Amino acid sequence: MTGARRIENLALTTAGVAAAFAWVFPLYWALATSLRSEKRVVGEEAGLFPDEFNLAAYIDALFNTQIARWYFNSIGTSLIITGLVIVSGMMCAYAISQMRFPGRRLLYGIVLASFMIPAQALIVSQFILMNDLGLVNTWAGIILPQLIVPIVIIVYKQFFDAVPLEMREAVVLDGGGEYTLLFRLYLPLNWGITTALAIITFIGAWNSFLWPFLIVTTEDMMTVPVGITQVTDVFGVKYARLMAVALLAAMPVALAYLIFQRRVTEAVMISSGIKG
Amino acid sequence: MAIIGSRRRNGLIAASLVAPFVLTFALVFAYPTLEVIRLSFTDSPLIGDGEWIGLENYRNLLSDRLFYTSVSNNAYFLLLTVVPTTALALGMALLVNSLKGRWQAFVLALFFLPYILPVSVVTQIWIWITDFQFGVVQPVIALFTGEPVSVFRNPFWVMPTIAFVTIWWVNGFNVLLFIAGLRNIPPELYEAAAIDGATKRQRFFKITWPLLWPITVLVLTLQLILQLKIFDQVYLLSQGGPFNTSYVPLLLVYREAFQLNHGGYASAVALVIFVMILVVSVLQFQLLRVVGRR
Repeated sequence: MTGARRIENLALTTAGVAAAFAWVFPLYWALATSLRSEKRVVGEEAGLFPDEFNLAAYIDALFNTQIARWYFNSIGTSLIITGLVIVSGMMCAYAISQMRFPGRRLLYGIVLASFMIPAQALIVSQFILMNDLGLVNTWAGIILPQLIVPIVIIVYKQFFDAVPLEMREAVVLDGGGEYTLLFRLYLPLNWGITTALAIITFIGAWNSFLWPFLIVTTEDMMTVPVGITQVTDVFGVKYARLMAVALLAAMPVALAYLIFQRRVTEAVMISSGIKG
Repeated sequence: MAIIGSRRRNGLIAASLVAPFVLTFALVFAYPTLEVIRLSFTDSPLIGDGEWIGLENYRNLLSDRLFYTSVSNNAYFLLLTVVPTTALALGMALLVNSLKGRWQAFVLALFFLPYILPVSVVTQIWIWITDFQFGVVQPVIALFTGEPVSVFRNPFWVMPTIAFVTIWWVNGFNVLLFIAGLRNIPPELYEAAAIDGATKRQRFFKITWPLLWPITVLVLTLQLILQLKIFDQVYLLSQGGPFNTSYVPLLLVYREAFQLNHGGYASAVALVIFVMILVVSVLQFQLLRVVGRR
């Protein structure tokens, strides 16, 4: 590498890292705020650099808000949504990809078309339906409308289509039926995409706001993203606690992303139809 | 006989495989889709029955000034977000792509991070950052205006600020799409161009830009559809105010249905938004494809 190239590289790296730090400054600032005392947060001496390691705001959040309860609701509903979406999507995609039955093309057409229907257009009728079924303020009410994730079927179908026929025939010769084929051959061959889809489905379920916000009216049934907007104080806003609560709400998805970074980016690309 | 029997058995197995999805779909998607159409022709409250009133809701919609305000606000929001985020994401993707190894992954991860956060976390953080009294960016705002601004209570600042926050939130997704696109460009093309003595500028406009066009179309389309149906961040940041300057169509659906108890009218508004989204996205897709072919 020539000297000029090396300097250019160094300049680019510096620029990139500086831009990245500037981009996440809001997150840094939320963290710095959450680790200060409420007094310092609004005081004159609060500088840009971290100057305190005070967990009071987190303790305040854990004991004086219902965040533990919201965590329970969010983890429960998000895990159930993820499990059901993946299993039902996989089964449906398998039938569409590998079996011949009347209505197969129509079904896939409907899956593709439903991809274009904005869920927001259905909030009124979905709410009326859930109310008729007595599911307002229940986990089932939160979960049901979030079970339709057409992209999972579309992605699985592509992956199942690509499995070589010879592998299938070997299982069939051994007397395996369709369910054996799906769970003993097609699923194990596609663990990678299954984890990727499961992670983004979980992140999506954890993050969903509008529907849980509509279907839940009591504080104890709220999910984390809805609940944190309810944290107020009679004596005005407590900013350190507000930021502590926000960061606690972001933690599961942020961790899921940082741990499974490659899977998440892979899943995002595949589900946008770029790779696959 | 055996063949017919096995065909029937095959059909039953297929039915059992698709049943979980199909039944859920019928209950929470297909039925509500038909229901929202029916409701839009009635004067139903949110809870309870209403009467068939034909096109009354649609007639009222045409004379609802708040509807026009909300549509024009959303159009302004599209202007402030769709092309800016696409351009910004392209720039950031080019920057990330020019980095090497571990630095590339690190910078990309930080650019992408906001995208995976819940919307309410994003809005809470920005509400604090732009706080009128204690917000850390108020000195920066004061550089331009000479004084602190309560951005979400100011008719001029409210939409640009919501647009800014939205771009910060979703931009990482667009960066990722562009990076995937850049990686799909064969490096031999650049090598050949370098041998022919092409400048950096020529390489960008003759190779990168045309080959990236399909991704650009994808990003523009996805953003257009996404920003046509904004609700969450507007509701959380400004509730549509001040003086309805950030009122958007989905907020109208929410208000009419859940606060004013007008289920029928809200359904009509929702359907009109739905049709608008469909028409705009189909039109845009066709248009960008035609432009791209030239």
